[in-house]
Amino acid sequence: MEVAQQEVLTAPEQQTAVELSGSAALLEALIVEGVDTIFGYPGGAIMPIYDALYDYKEKLNHILVRHEQGGIHAGQGYARTSGKVGVVFATSGPGATNLVTGLADAQIDSTPLVCITGQVFAHLLGTDAFQETDVINITTPVTKWNYQVTDANEIPEAIAKAFYIARTGRPGPVLIDITKNAQIQKFQFKGYTPCNHIRSYRPKPIVRHKYIEQAAQVINEAKKPFILWGQGVLLGNAEQEFKAFVEKSGIPAAWTIMGVGAIPTDHPQNVGMLGMHGNYGPNVLTNECDVLIAIGMRFDDRVTGRLDKYAKQAKVIHLDIDPAEIDKNVQTHVAVWGDCKETLPLLTKHIEAKQHTEWLAKFNDFTRKENEAVIDEELHPKVGEMTMGEVIEQLNQLTGGDAVIVTDVGQHQMVGCRYAKFNQTRSNVTSGGLGTMGFALPAAIGAKFGAQDRTVVAVIGDGGFQMTLQELGTIMQSGVDVKILILNNRFLGMVRQWQELFNERRYSFVDIQSPDFVQVAKGYGIAGQCIKEREALQPALQEMLNHKGSYLLEVFVTKENNVFPMVPQGCSVSEIRLK
Amino acid sequence: MSNANTLPEGKQEFNITVYTENQIGLLNRIAIIFTRRKINIDSLNTSPSEIDSIHRFNIVITETEDVVRKLARQIEKQVEVLKVYYHTNADVIWQEMALYKVPADVIAEKVAVERLLRENGARAVVIRKDYVVFETTGHREETDNLIKVLQPFGLIEFVRTARIAIIKDSEGFNRKLREFERREPGEDVIENEYLNQGDKVFTM
Repeated sequence: MEVAQQEVLTAPEQQTAVELSGSAALLEALIVEGVDTIFGYPGGAIMPIYDALYDYKEKLNHILVRHEQGGIHAGQGYARTSGKVGVVFATSGPGATNLVTGLADAQIDSTPLVCITGQVFAHLLGTDAFQETDVINITTPVTKWNYQVTDANEIPEAIAKAFYIARTGRPGPVLIDITKNAQIQKFQFKGYTPCNHIRSYRPKPIVRHKYIEQAAQVINEAKKPFILWGQGVLLGNAEQEFKAFVEKSGIPAAWTIMGVGAIPTDHPQNVGMLGMHGNYGPNVLTNECDVLIAIGMRFDDRVTGRLDKYAKQAKVIHLDIDPAEIDKNVQTHVAVWGDCKETLPLLTKHIEAKQHTEWLAKFNDFTRKENEAVIDEELHPKVGEMTMGEVIEQLNQLTGGDAVIVTDVGQHQMVGCRYAKFNQTRSNVTSGGLGTMGFALPAAIGAKFGAQDRTVVAVIGDGGFQMTLQELGTIMQSGVDVKILILNNRFLGMVRQWQELFNERRYSFVDIQSPDFVQVAKGYGIAGQCIKEREALQPALQEMLNHKGSYLLEVFVTKENNVFPMVPQGCSVSEIRLK
Repeated sequence: MSNANTLPEGKQEFNITVYTENQIGLLNRIAIIFTRRKINIDSLNTSPSEIDSIHRFNIVITETEDVVRKLARQIEKQVEVLKVYYHTNADVIWQEMALYKVPADVIAEKVAVERLLRENGARAVVIRKDYVVFETTGHREETDNLIKVLQPFGLIEFVRTARIAIIKDSEGFNRKLREFERREPGEDVIENEYLNQGDKVFTM
């Protein structure tokens, strides 16, 4: 098909029917939805779509990944940095099942994705045909919505609904499974109209002003109020509204790892990270505040610790777009249902401007204690092997907090999130809810496509890197510029830490051997080096950041360093341990 | 409620009413909300509602109200779910229907059977030379009673429906549903024309 003709077809007002294949209609739909990048892997059942894609190469940039899991993590990284919907293609059967981890990850972290999977011919459904799996049923628990298309006529509407559902309300992953006959089938395409309404779907609850006023009254009467914020602030593009609320209220605010970056790390009211490896003050003072204001966060068990001992003294105000989150884990005193982009300005209007100077100073006291007990030693060790913290600290110095940091899962993730500086929103990409090792390398690829003018640094452990290192091939082929920083402690560090603390140092299968990562990268045409000495750290990081194109830097760090503070599992947040 | 004394503390039967789109896969989506929390569904009925394209689920579970409230919110969160209500047994009028198949000769010969059927409010649905099918509706203990009565007379087959329940509160959903359908009418579902055309389609 001619490109010029496509432009005419994509106009939503176009009503003259044109005969198109289901595959071409799908790609037309993606273009109207503003899709520029697709991560995918072809196969038999999605071949008609890939065949059509050949004609759309100029408009749709397809990144050939090395494994479908890499494809979907890349889609997640893209969505997280760009704020747009990530798009992923996979074939039927094993292609589709390889998406499941990423779907579960995106579902729990509310990441907007549209995954298109090929499926066997409709007449073969249920016959155990070659590469047939029941993708709809497999993915039901890990998608916000999914749908199987068996007729090309359904494609425009299904895709329109998919994008609408993925990006609205509490975002999430959507999967559309398209049988091969529907991809091939020619039908009368009448143009593509994006969806903006589904009769049974209410993306946002109605904002109830009564509860805004109640919440404001509770806040105004509070002596020691405390704000907890999560990713909802970022997903709602409500960073400015949030900042205005924080600054007018004068209330100290702490973040979940999914919320970091909504206000800069250095903001005077930003008192740090919540949860199991969060900061000392925010955890202890959660059990001392009189009003807890939770904004766009879901009281994950890694944040709350023991629920029966969590903030029992406080009145809880919970702002969330998802009514199912209200009272799910923590009983609310005032629930403010709605998109925080709408509710925060209303709340800000009703609250009195205040400064909680003494209360804020209490957080700073805890910060001083934590600095003395943990942070100074972690970030500025004078002797011994390098720590993960000092690597992140050096990185902060060189990037000035402007880089996108993509972390994998484990000790380095907690260190990365604790110590990385962020000046901008949408700068931290991590697998928060599912804790997916192998996430960072492919997610960093996607993150770079989503934020092409920013430096993207993937911080990965030696264990997680080996779960998806084949995506170095994707970097090689696509030429994407990703800085890979491997913090190698020759252990599956977080499991080892738990074994040390809770299993009497019975180090059961955590001693992991690795290949020469620099040589592996070299095999993919990616430059790199490995350093083991402190003196080499700063120059090596500088070289990595200066390098044109992707670069792998492996840093050997202390084998048995632990991430502290820590709220041991089953303990209250105020029982946080500094050692 | 017959088993009220044997239930774990705080738990009781709840009737969950769900209004949904008529969509393939939605039953599974709703069922998963219970199964992933290891909650057993005691009874499940789905059927078209009084509005053409809207279906109604009646789900019965035994749980605490706190759990039921959270489940209801999770169900309502599904894209194709319009509305969810939950009620205790005291708040609803509910029925189950049962069919009993017994040998015709026994019925013909033993008058007592007929009297017992009358006493149990049963009626004959089918009368054949070889067997008779009776039907009763009522609460579980009522339909159970007739099983006990018929068993000695050679009960051949028995089947019972899931529970259906009507909410006692006079502010029903019918008016809201009709108004809703007037404002936001459903769309025609595109039928899959390929499922029975195996020979006409190229296969890889």
